[in-house]
Amino acid sequence: MFQLVSDQPLILARGLAKRFGDFTAVDGIDVSVAPGEAFGFLGPNGAGKSSTMRMISCVSLPTSGELRIFGMDPAVDGSAIRARLGVCPQLDNLDPDLSVRENLTTYARYFGLSRAEARRRADELLEFARLTEKAGSRVEPLSGGMKRRLTIARAMVNDPELVLLDEPTTGLDPQARHLLWERLFRLKQQGTTLVLTTHYMDEAEQLCDRLVVMDGGRIVAEGSPRALIETYSTAEVVELRFGQIRPADIVGKLEGIGERADPLPDRVLLYTADGDAAVAEVTRRGLQPSSVLVRRSTLEDVFLHLTGRTLVD
Amino acid sequence: MAHPTVAVLERNLTVYRRVWRASVMSSFVLPVLFLLSIGLGVGGYVGEVGGVDYLAWIVPGVLAVTAFQMAVGECTYAVLGDFKWVRSYHAMRATPVAIRDMIAGWLLYILLRVEIAVVVFLGVTAAFGALRSPWALVTPLIAGLLALSVAAPVTAFAATIEHDTYFALLFRFVMIPSTLFAGVFFPVEQLPDVIKPLAYASPLWHAVELCRAATLGGAPPWPVLLHVAYLAAFAVAGLAWAGRAFRARLQD
Repeated sequence: MFQLVSDQPLILARGLAKRFGDFTAVDGIDVSVAPGEAFGFLGPNGAGKSSTMRMISCVSLPTSGELRIFGMDPAVDGSAIRARLGVCPQLDNLDPDLSVRENLTTYARYFGLSRAEARRRADELLEFARLTEKAGSRVEPLSGGMKRRLTIARAMVNDPELVLLDEPTTGLDPQARHLLWERLFRLKQQGTTLVLTTHYMDEAEQLCDRLVVMDGGRIVAEGSPRALIETYSTAEVVELRFGQIRPADIVGKLEGIGERADPLPDRVLLYTADGDAAVAEVTRRGLQPSSVLVRRSTLEDVFLHLTGRTLVD
Repeated sequence: MAHPTVAVLERNLTVYRRVWRASVMSSFVLPVLFLLSIGLGVGGYVGEVGGVDYLAWIVPGVLAVTAFQMAVGECTYAVLGDFKWVRSYHAMRATPVAIRDMIAGWLLYILLRVEIAVVVFLGVTAAFGALRSPWALVTPLIAGLLALSVAAPVTAFAATIEHDTYFALLFRFVMIPSTLFAGVFFPVEQLPDVIKPLAYASPLWHAVELCRAATLGGAPPWPVLLHVAYLAAFAVAGLAWAGRAFRARLQD
């Protein structure tokens, strides 16, 4: 088959909006995702990330605006688009009564793979998800991390050009998350386009080439993790705690140190190019914080700066 | 390339292969027990109904009611569960499987289950000498039509509700009264005139009369085509309802 190799975006959204009655979940966003990119939607719960993902995966129709996936309109070509997508939903929807392998082969058949092809593909994916030893086990007793890996493996069954992951590591323990990230990183290296939502900063920094920060259904910033940090934050952040003294009361005394100071309920964040110099200045002013932490700026700081709120409350 | 409907049917059969033991009793053993206790036990006192011994008279009724109860029972918790707890329909929704494939694949599965149960039952009753006409061979077709006419609307109902307590209402106010008053165990003519229309309204009664005409070799009370059309109308309306219910649940 003749196929154009082009820079045509896999996902193109213009003024995309989703409303449920009076509630606006997605409020006119513009997004473009190129082939091979790892793209993230970052934001707190209720920011509109999942609603956007549901529209991209063609199970929710836009209320207004334009949306094209592989250049096609989900309202018209939903089935043809879904044939080329891999979807890893936020809630696991594996068949608990079926074995790990049967979950893969059954799903493969939905995409029209022959039985032999489905078996072959299942073997490959069991390997990929490191579940070969669990192939015959029922899904029910598997750990959360294994179920997630199986869900991601299942999303790969049709060799998709675009994989959608809705909060892939929410609820997993750190070890399971790292294994999952490593698997996703491998997909990324193979050239698979990944689009994921997350409210974890470290996840976005680990996996995304480019991301948008969403809040209240809108995109409030866009760029690579590094560029976002450079634009909206400083190189370093000093976290100061003052025991019984309220951060809001102390923030006046920090004036002039670093670029700005943000009082949070339990600590003050001091944004500065040079953390150690800032700490020295704090001490010189006779302030005695109960704890001091100098760290590099993260996306969490970007988010805090953009929205005035932390990501995970 | 396998049709997506076939893929959905396969999935349902794969799940069944894992859980089939639980259904052996209700699908195969219970109908025969019913037949023995009521047909032989009660039949011993009743003697003949409509010119045949009572056992031969209730065989077609029990056959139809087996299909009826399976179609109702299998399409309740299983369907609601696949939306609410397993979310397997949501999983299918992310693939090229269309909503019509989900419904068709499900109903084909129910049809297969019903046909197997009915054919086994037919074999057992033939051994009792309760089949009096070669037309008995068409009863699996009638049972299949009945199963579709009931399974389609019940599937739609299960796809509509949010809580399984509604099933108790379905069992109490639809399934049990139908079973008791649709001409399975005694002729509908015995019912008071005010209640008769309720029996006629039930798809079960139409299937019972068709099956009885087939196994005993007679004519049903209404023209055959009318009975069949009534069942078909239920199936078609149920399919349309199911399509709307699935769409409402899976797409916004």
